[in-house]
Amino acid sequence: MNTLKISDLHASVDVEGGTKEILRGVSLTLDSGSVQAVMGPNGSGKSTLAYVIAGHPKYTVTSGSITLDGVDVLGMSVDERARAGLFLAMQYPVEIPGVSVSNFLRTAATSVRGEAPKLREWIKEVKEAMASLQMDPAFSERNVNEGFSGGEKKRHEVLQLALLKPKFAILDETDSGLDVDALRTVSEGVNAFHATSDAGILLITHYTRILRYITPDVVHVFVDGRIVESGGPALADELEAQGYERFVSTVNA
Amino acid sequence: MTAVAEAPATDLAPRIRSNDPDDFPLPTGREEEWRFTPVNVVQDFFEVRPLPTLGFTSPSPLVSTGAVGDDTYAVDRPAAIARHAVAHAIVIEIPDGHESGEAIDVSLVGSAPAAVGHIVIRCGRHAYATVVLRHDLATDSAGSIVTHVGDGSRLTILSLMDGRGDSRQMWQWHSIIGRDATLNALSVTMGAAFIRMCPSVEFAGPGGAVDVVGAFLTQGAEYQEHRVFIDHNQPHCSSNVVYKGALSGDSSHSVWVGDVLVRRNAVGIDTYELNRNLLLTDGPRADSVPNLELETGDVAGAGHASATGRFDDEQLFYLQSRGIPEDLARHLVVRGFFVDVLAKIGDETLRREVLTGLEARIGMSELPP
Repeated sequence: MNTLKISDLHASVDVEGGTKEILRGVSLTLDSGSVQAVMGPNGSGKSTLAYVIAGHPKYTVTSGSITLDGVDVLGMSVDERARAGLFLAMQYPVEIPGVSVSNFLRTAATSVRGEAPKLREWIKEVKEAMASLQMDPAFSERNVNEGFSGGEKKRHEVLQLALLKPKFAILDETDSGLDVDALRTVSEGVNAFHATSDAGILLITHYTRILRYITPDVVHVFVDGRIVESGGPALADELEAQGYERFVSTVNA
Repeated sequence: MTAVAEAPATDLAPRIRSNDPDDFPLPTGREEEWRFTPVNVVQDFFEVRPLPTLGFTSPSPLVSTGAVGDDTYAVDRPAAIARHAVAHAIVIEIPDGHESGEAIDVSLVGSAPAAVGHIVIRCGRHAYATVVLRHDLATDSAGSIVTHVGDGSRLTILSLMDGRGDSRQMWQWHSIIGRDATLNALSVTMGAAFIRMCPSVEFAGPGGAVDVVGAFLTQGAEYQEHRVFIDHNQPHCSSNVVYKGALSGDSSHSVWVGDVLVRRNAVGIDTYELNRNLLLTDGPRADSVPNLELETGDVAGAGHASATGRFDDEQLFYLQSRGIPEDLARHLVVRGFFVDVLAKIGDETLRREVLTGLEARIGMSELPP
């Protein structure tokens, strides 16, 4: 079993005329097989948490730690974290002109696996993963995220999840911008990955609707840069019914 | 020799076309066509003096030496001086109906500290051919390339200018496109302390099409200028100009000027020009100036685009977050940047050679296949 442990994490970002603290003491432990949802209002810092785990250079960790099976993650470069088994499905995946999806996927798989996958097996693997996400095979000849619709971008993120097989996946608002059909397909993709890999999943979301398809063991309410309450799936139902108001007023009181 | 008396009817057409150096005043750097150029480092190119003529090697029997001819003109002083000094032309004669996928490969050879050259590529009618012009000189050189594309022909010319060290290269490349003929004029520019390349195109009849495509790599303290002039002087022709440059180093400087003139009679033409520059470091400067002058509104299309941007760190983050190491990620982004330009090189072996050359210059190791 693997464990991703975040302890009292503080992180800030440079803003005009100084720095702004966005994460204010986040603690969270995610084990293999566990699915945890981090839910919070806009601007609460939940996406920052995702980026800080992945190692985005925009953010500075001022104190606290992130470890993967006891090994310091914060000392690793972005690509080292990915090779160690962390994966971030991004809310706004970046366009990379001139780089085809097939070239990108193979280069990523080669990097993460430490050796180039055998071509014949690789083609089959990609084909099957794409079919299960209802992606047109012609998709692999397009440039990475270039001209992709919202649904195509998210499918492409989940496709990478299936192929790179991380130990822990952080899904940053993977549900945003998806219609019901796309949400179902993407959720099924995540569930299929979870069922076959026993990875730990951190689901970052603003809305509860993705939780109809992906059932978390734990729901964290994230407000003002920290987790203010944790509970079972019932907590998500409460958020659905009553919104974040109770937690926001607690913090501001 | 006589200057062709051409009234400056437009802003974009050259004011002077002549093969007599004395018809061109000494450039000061204040002229429109010299305003970016560091003229102080190329003063010797403005002096009339005797200079040896560049030689060549080529396995093709279609390449020989011949007369320079006086059917075309220099458009600036260095070209006129080179033309004045040159002893003979290197002539690539592609006969009518020639059809071959095999490239006619020509390497320029120069050993003196400075040399001049004149290259004539004469493609007959209804021919299909590819010419590769290798210009990897360690010497300073100046001169002209003149391309005649015969009616109905389809000609691809790849100019590989891979200069060495401190060398300086100052070239003009004029192409005349016949009726219903197509020219792909590709240039790849890298190396050399100073490169100024001025491709110009005119049409000899309607229905002609030209792609003027360039990839350049400007590094260290290098200066590279590409000054394109498309003279739409015939109806129903098309031109597509695409230049992409990657810049690095502390003080490299690239200049791209794309002048397109659509004359009154050039109805139904279609023209587009684009320049994109990718700054890999903080030091370089990229100037990009598209100019479109329309004397008729009766065109199928006319447009231009220009953009210079820093290397996108978000692209790097995305690739790295998928486990791809930083140097490989940079490599992918730069390769991706050039991919549409390189795709214009139809020949797979040549394309690979150019890509390998660019990547070696950037200091990138070969990507896994």
